[in-house]
Amino acid sequence: MQNSAGPVPRAVVTLEGLRRLIPLLERRGYQVAGPTVRDGAIVYETLKKLEDLPAGWTDEQEAGRYRLKQREDAALFGYNVGPQSWKKFLHPSTIELIHIERNGEGVRVLNQSSPPPHYAFLGVRACELAAIRVQDRVLLEDRFADPVYASRRRGVFMVAVQCTRAAPTCFCASMQCGPRARQDFDLALTEIADKGRHLFVVEAGSAAGAEILREMDPREASPALCQEADEAVERAAVQTRQMDTAGIRDLLYQNFEHPRWDHVAARCLTCANCTMVCPTCFCTVVEDVSDVTGSHAERWRRWDSCFTQAFSYIHGGSVRPSVKSRYRQWMTHKLASWIDQFGSSGCVGCGRCITWCPAGIDITEEVRAIRGGSATSSRAL
Amino acid sequence: MPLTSEEGSRKSTADPMCPQPFRVESVSRETHDTFTLNLQPAGNAERPPFSPGQFSMLYVFGVGELPISISGDPEQARRLAYTVRSVGPATQALVSLRPGDWVGVRGPYGKPWPLQAGRGKDVLIVAGGIGLAPLRPAIFHVLRNRDDYVRLIVLYGARSPGDLLFRKELNAWGRSPDTQVLTTVDYGGVNWRGRVGVVTTLFRHLRLHPDRTVVLVCGPEIMMNYVVAELEQHRGVSAADIYLSMERNMKCAVGFCGHCQYGPYFICRDGPVFSYQQVRGLMGKHEL
Repeated sequence: MQNSAGPVPRAVVTLEGLRRLIPLLERRGYQVAGPTVRDGAIVYETLKKLEDLPAGWTDEQEAGRYRLKQREDAALFGYNVGPQSWKKFLHPSTIELIHIERNGEGVRVLNQSSPPPHYAFLGVRACELAAIRVQDRVLLEDRFADPVYASRRRGVFMVAVQCTRAAPTCFCASMQCGPRARQDFDLALTEIADKGRHLFVVEAGSAAGAEILREMDPREASPALCQEADEAVERAAVQTRQMDTAGIRDLLYQNFEHPRWDHVAARCLTCANCTMVCPTCFCTVVEDVSDVTGSHAERWRRWDSCFTQAFSYIHGGSVRPSVKSRYRQWMTHKLASWIDQFGSSGCVGCGRCITWCPAGIDITEEVRAIRGGSATSSRAL
Repeated sequence: MPLTSEEGSRKSTADPMCPQPFRVESVSRETHDTFTLNLQPAGNAERPPFSPGQFSMLYVFGVGELPISISGDPEQARRLAYTVRSVGPATQALVSLRPGDWVGVRGPYGKPWPLQAGRGKDVLIVAGGIGLAPLRPAIFHVLRNRDDYVRLIVLYGARSPGDLLFRKELNAWGRSPDTQVLTTVDYGGVNWRGRVGVVTTLFRHLRLHPDRTVVLVCGPEIMMNYVVAELEQHRGVSAADIYLSMERNMKCAVGFCGHCQYGPYFICRDGPVFSYQQVRGLMGKHEL
């Protein structure tokens, strides 16, 4: 995946042209993953055909609320992000790290698991591209590279989708992560589904993307159509939720004892939903298992959450027994210490933690309260 | 001895989660609950080099993996020593190993004690309980390179006389030239003729030269809080000359698992040894 400099000529592709995309990727050896409807939500699964996409569906999101609803058109991408993110594929929730065989005197440690598929991600939003870049910095570009992440991440074919609507929980514009995907994709689609039209304005971000685009029966996109597509994305930049990130690192460091932490602790259930749905949360724990004969042992890694008491356990007890300290750790890490650790914020403004919090806790509102702007607001209560 | 003080800047490419095979050479009992394991690489492999203050991840077959500081002599080329207090199922399994048993070892990891910074100065070591273990390689280093340092002072506190680690060594170190070793216990019992009191009560027996002293501290966090306060407020030692080894939950030791975060730091990546300047704003923050 590479990015060419300068303006890229954009093409327009019909629904029939787009129908070729999944077979074209499969022929090149990719396993295509993208959004589909399951259990009343839009989740990311392996896609076999265009019909697997959530055509005609949209979502309604608010703090602590997510509902699917039928659209009046047959748009394929007429919704925002759901409970899952691409970390499901790149940083799997459970994975075997090593297994160890013991027989007689010999012990063998094996860490070669079967090679992961070559993924093509279809329908990656700008905030999600930003989230993948954040996880790259943690799991690839720091002192050590995580072999699990590295083997999955390498050579992913990215098909971005430009958002033309923002959910009420979206605040990517505040985090400067969207709504427009500008880089790190092979293809970027802007869907136009109205007035009897169903078209996709397509931008190639790499040579591999351009090659595939040529086989999707592209026509040149007129300046008027390009402008229409751009304006649709600009409309998604108008977002009701916002976060003022000016000086946010020092703001949180300096407010370690702010009374708002008690206020949020009274609402937080420490259920860890926010960390599970967050596309950048990377924390894991390991579990060791052995069989009854004692000849075979395995180490498994699974997602962990700083909202559990066990997370900070050392001999003598948990470092963060209180709910207050755990919420404070999560939010301070995400928005402040992440900057010291990895050179960027850990938040991309996708809004998942707001939507999927059963108590409707809103990270943007918590920041505002700590700034002192609306400490008494309790919309989420 | 080469000191790799910039341990952290290198980028490792091998699978960092895959342990290397070691064998237990011996297990020696230090106290009623604390044991020292001597490990050798399986086959004829070289043991990895380490610097005083670094730790390894020790994996017991099917039970689990633990971050344990290296407690042995850096110049002992054949083996790695680890001193472990048995406090739970995994540490119990570790200290129950027998000679010849297999152990998986990852590492060594982490920033070591800044022994270069102590050259030409007095080295003051302040240890509490099992905290003496990660300081022991530093003591060995100073004693082996005696001309590089001026005085060596070891202040060591434990809960009771039965909890004092390395008692024979403490006595031997105390007889070395320009070396002062003072011990104290929280509860003495009837047969104890030594000092009773927390480790900070030992400072009154010292004449410190704050302008030419480097201090290495390891022990329970509450003890370290009092030690740094004493050093800075009453002994005139500058924060830049005080180094502490910190502890947090640790699962991976390579910066992936997130458990060992301490404010902006990962203990495994940025520590475990920190200068007091780095952590003074964090120490004493409740539930950080």
